[in-house]
Amino acid sequence: MKKQKLSKFQIWLRDGTPWIWFNAGAVTISVLMLFGLLVILGVNGLSHFWPRDVMRAVYTLPTADGIEEPVEIIGEIISSEETESARLQGSGLLLNADQEILQRQLIRFGNRDLGSADFGWIFPQYLSEQSWPEDITVLERREWSDFYGRLQSLQENGQTLAVADPFEELQRRLQRTEAIHAEINAIEDGEIARINWSMEQLRLGERRLQLEGNNSAEIISTIRAERQTLLLEFEAVQSQLNALYRDLERDTAQFEAANGVAVTIFLADIVRAYRPNAMGVVAKLGVYFEKLAEFLTTEPREANTEGGIFPAIFGTVVMVLLMSVFVTPFGVVAAIYLREYAHQGFLTRLIRIAVNNLAGVPSIVYGVFGLGFFIYFVGGEIDQAFYPEALPAPTFGTPGLLWASLTLALLTVPVVIVATEEGLARIPRSLREGSLALGATKFETIVQVIFPMASPAMMTGLILAVARAAGEVAPLMLVGVVKLAPALPVNGIYPYVHLDQKFMHLGYHIYDVGFQSPNIEAARPLVFATALLLVIVIATLNFAAAALRNRLREKYKTLDV
Amino acid sequence: MRYAVDHFARTTISLGGIGIIVILLLIFIYLVQEVMPLFSGASVEARGSYDRPGNPGVPTLQLSIEEQAGMAMRLDAEGVFHFFELDTGVLASSERLNLPTSATISSFASDSAESGLLALGLESGEMLLVEQEYDTSFSTVDNSRIVTPSYTYPAGEQPLLVYDNEPVTQIAVGSRGEQFLAALSNAAGDVVLLRGARQQNLLGAFDPDASPVYNLSQITLPELVPPANQLLLDGDLRWLLAIDRRGAVRVFDLASAFRDGSVAEVARANLLPQGANLVDARFLLGGVSLLISSDRGETSQWFLVRDENGNQLQQVRSFGGSDSPIVSITGEWRRKNFVTTDATGSVRIFNTTASRAVFEGDLLQAGAVAMAVAPRGNALLLESTDGKLHAWRLDNPHPEISWSALWERVWYEGYSEPDYIWQSSAASNDFEPKYSLMPLTFGTFKAAFFAMLLAAPLAVCGAIYTGYFMAPRLRRKVKPLVELMEALPTVVLGFLAGLWLAPLVEEHLLSVFSIVVLLPLGIVAASLLWMYLPRSLGEYLPDGWEAVMLVPVVLFFCWMAVVLATPMESLFFGGDLRNWLSDELGVSYDQRNAMVVGLAMGFAVIPTIFSIAEDAIFNVPQQLSYGSQALGATPWQSLYRVVLPTASPGIFSALMVGMGRAVGETMIVLMATGNTPIMDINLFEGMRTLAANIAVEIPESEVDSSHYRILFLAALVLFVFTFFVNTIAEVVRQRLRSRYNVL
Repeated sequence: MKKQKLSKFQIWLRDGTPWIWFNAGAVTISVLMLFGLLVILGVNGLSHFWPRDVMRAVYTLPTADGIEEPVEIIGEIISSEETESARLQGSGLLLNADQEILQRQLIRFGNRDLGSADFGWIFPQYLSEQSWPEDITVLERREWSDFYGRLQSLQENGQTLAVADPFEELQRRLQRTEAIHAEINAIEDGEIARINWSMEQLRLGERRLQLEGNNSAEIISTIRAERQTLLLEFEAVQSQLNALYRDLERDTAQFEAANGVAVTIFLADIVRAYRPNAMGVVAKLGVYFEKLAEFLTTEPREANTEGGIFPAIFGTVVMVLLMSVFVTPFGVVAAIYLREYAHQGFLTRLIRIAVNNLAGVPSIVYGVFGLGFFIYFVGGEIDQAFYPEALPAPTFGTPGLLWASLTLALLTVPVVIVATEEGLARIPRSLREGSLALGATKFETIVQVIFPMASPAMMTGLILAVARAAGEVAPLMLVGVVKLAPALPVNGIYPYVHLDQKFMHLGYHIYDVGFQSPNIEAARPLVFATALLLVIVIATLNFAAAALRNRLREKYKTLDV
Repeated sequence: MRYAVDHFARTTISLGGIGIIVILLLIFIYLVQEVMPLFSGASVEARGSYDRPGNPGVPTLQLSIEEQAGMAMRLDAEGVFHFFELDTGVLASSERLNLPTSATISSFASDSAESGLLALGLESGEMLLVEQEYDTSFSTVDNSRIVTPSYTYPAGEQPLLVYDNEPVTQIAVGSRGEQFLAALSNAAGDVVLLRGARQQNLLGAFDPDASPVYNLSQITLPELVPPANQLLLDGDLRWLLAIDRRGAVRVFDLASAFRDGSVAEVARANLLPQGANLVDARFLLGGVSLLISSDRGETSQWFLVRDENGNQLQQVRSFGGSDSPIVSITGEWRRKNFVTTDATGSVRIFNTTASRAVFEGDLLQAGAVAMAVAPRGNALLLESTDGKLHAWRLDNPHPEISWSALWERVWYEGYSEPDYIWQSSAASNDFEPKYSLMPLTFGTFKAAFFAMLLAAPLAVCGAIYTGYFMAPRLRRKVKPLVELMEALPTVVLGFLAGLWLAPLVEEHLLSVFSIVVLLPLGIVAASLLWMYLPRSLGEYLPDGWEAVMLVPVVLFFCWMAVVLATPMESLFFGGDLRNWLSDELGVSYDQRNAMVVGLAMGFAVIPTIFSIAEDAIFNVPQQLSYGSQALGATPWQSLYRVVLPTASPGIFSALMVGMGRAVGETMIVLMATGNTPIMDINLFEGMRTLAANIAVEIPESEVDSSHYRILFLAALVLFVFTFFVNTIAEVVRQRLRSRYNVL
């Protein structure tokens, strides 16, 4: 048989090169998808805080009846895109028939209180007199979202102030309102909260006495007296607050919005004022970091679509910490039992498989269990036994921090068991035997020899558990997370950690703001930022766990020899 | 001492360890325990037996029980209401209706139990309407509840003369909102319709105790129905049914009766088999379904179904179980249940939706003469032939659930054919809950299927490359990335899918499909190009770095797909693929659809499959592939012929675990689909999965209601399914591991 020389192409086919490249392509696509996702999150999440320049222009949209009415628009350009004009035909716009592709821009007009939508699409081809005036001021407000306009004058108690630079004066006076706001918050979170709590305790105490049947006139009158003192205290604080609120209303500012609309705004309603068109990069960076800090440290405003996410961060952290308190001892004990004490037979293998598989059970199932068992059954019993005075309002028979932590502890305990067991299994037998041969008991061996060596594995397990718990939302929706919690689960009022309280959570915040929010366009950047934060936290935790695990492996490599 | 400590520690740790494992098992046990009551039937318990109150020998017209099931009411044929305690029969009060002393009641009918409206036809040709209600007040002494009956006469306190000295032989009555309607007939079959509409009284709005005033209107329809037919009015007061003893029914449309006096006969049917006799016919709760009992021991359910021939009375299902004739039948107030007794004294409780007998028992010696079910369905009152009343406590929490109601097609009221439907709540009280788990299960597997469609090839191919071809240095970089991918919170993926990907896909639908076609072609093209490139260039790429080389290629072709899509769309699909799909193929497009879910959940599942599969491939003993290559095989051949067959159980188990994860995933489907429980395999429509359904509905469901327990059942199904799948995968993997050890 004549030996044939194979062509390059035939070799290519014979070696399966296309298949190898295919497989390589799968890795590439997967990794690129991951990076794409991270980039999208990063870009959208971080760009939100950047103070964009504000455009002013005249917009003349042709209408069907030929009347062209120019309107002035002031706003930020959020995005632009190309659309086929075919898609816009139903919308009643008069468009050039020969123009197949239309450019359009999403503009944020702000000024929601002036009645129009704060976002809208425009066609830049109908814009004229486009400019970027330096005197356009952007106001971030406590209500009604952002405002764009020109500052005209400042008033104190209705009297116009004669100042050379009203904007500078505005900034100075904003610091004053900020200070008053801080004072009001301090009173409301401190004194008022304390008085409300005491009142509630009094009511519950009275009800308990009533239930127990020893509500003698004497006790009732003491309770009445205490209530009276509290009411007096409350009135005192209230009048103090009223004075502060009156103080807040002292200053107003006169603004001119687009189309010459005059607007009076209380300085108390302004969070921040800046003129982006007049700012350099450094000044903008300043505002950027100020906004970023606000995002991380303040409470949300405007149905969660503005302001910060501090309560959500705080709630997540507290819940995860509490969960760690439950999950670590139980997970470690179970792992030690399985590895060191249990007879290594068929049953143990079965249990091991079962525990392993519990990690794969859908998280919502744990949520259902938590709701039914912890909240309705255990919580209901606790209420009957310890809080009868509060019924029918449930204390522990309703979703709350404790049940959320317990449910997540249950959800993550397999993770800790598996990781710890893996660590225990890596410890060479010789070490155990050595310790036992020296006369140590089994428990001493475990505590003194095994435990320190396996502790990185336990840490790995715990970190993985925390990472999983921090990102889990589905079960939490059933057992304790709410869209807006009035108070933090940990505060200055006895008993300091409120296990029965509902709390906010980063993951749920994303779901809630992204999908239940009335103004999704305004909320979207904030959701991106929240998602980015969550991903960063979880990625950090995971890399930490991986690093720990690698260290552990290195350590035993030397032992094995 | 030390040994004591050791012993103590051993006990504690063992207890703790076993405890944790028991708690984990408890999840399963608890779920099962919550679900079990769904499938158990009803039970009864005797509350008391006593002689019926009132004159002996006077037959009973109606029995009823008040809301709290503490008191009961009997109306006898002399027109006297007897109000007595349900447990003891102690008479609390008696009151005779506004009837002339000589009046004889010749016909009687009652509206749905909730309204308490009763109609009496008299021998003298008169009729009387009574609305009987209960007033509840609280005793000032010990705060106990006092129930007193009250009677109002919506059509006037005095009997209304309808026929001149001719007895009213048949009567039917119904009410709806602010309106009531009575239909009467005499021996000749002349039908009189009497309608009352509540007067809008300004003062009445401020005085809740004032009895309502009705505007009455009356029309006569001579010889409309054959004589001696039982009359019935449906819940909407639209259809008048006349049924004879053999079960032949005529349906009349009353829609324009009061406008121009015309009544059309719209349907006829035979409700009973040849030779059977009608015992009783009545409407089920809601007034849509007609229940027909025969002396053959069978009760059947019928309702009007609209088809191309107009309205047809259609038999929906029948309830047998008895060999002797049915004697009496009554319906429940708030659920689609009804009770029958037969001649041997067997009492049966049926639910129509579940199509099952919830209870069956010989409570009497012979059939009951009259029956009543308490409004809350928790008590039953039977009158036996010897004039005694028997009260029973009834425990019947979940009648509407049966295997067939959950998993089979059910013919729901108002539908033209049996179907799978999930609709757990509605605004009205007489709503028929639709608890078919099929649409949800279907949605679950649809979502998982599309996710696997993306994830399985990408993850398995990626694992093959990473585990067998990839350079070790690169592999050490790729593995943690995949782990990071696995740790990404699904809520973030769901949010991106719903708010970013879904609009993007909608905008660039064609690009998505072009990417699917272009990318593989592009990759092959790239490898060809690479081969024909000058040698010197090729040496820059060591073996196992192809994946890096492909990064620009993949990016380029994705960009190409997006750029090419717009002209292609104009060229082939009239500028808009979505319009083209709906116009040309009739495929509807939801923004949040199965494709978006498939992409997002596929992304979530890739790392799960990848890590397990990669593990299996990487750990195939190296000597196997060395041996094969030494015998002259190329790396691809030894992978294909040696390594893959060895590792295939591992890949299988990876796919199983991935599947399990996709089935149970909640947040992504919750956020990236419209959550509509439809059964449609269409790629461009959404679905509702079991897990998302739990998340959506369980916070609002009432504890221990049927709805609540069904959601637990859904959780149990998810638990069992994923546990089963994961166990198989785990067993397969362990076997594989021991095989590697042998090799």
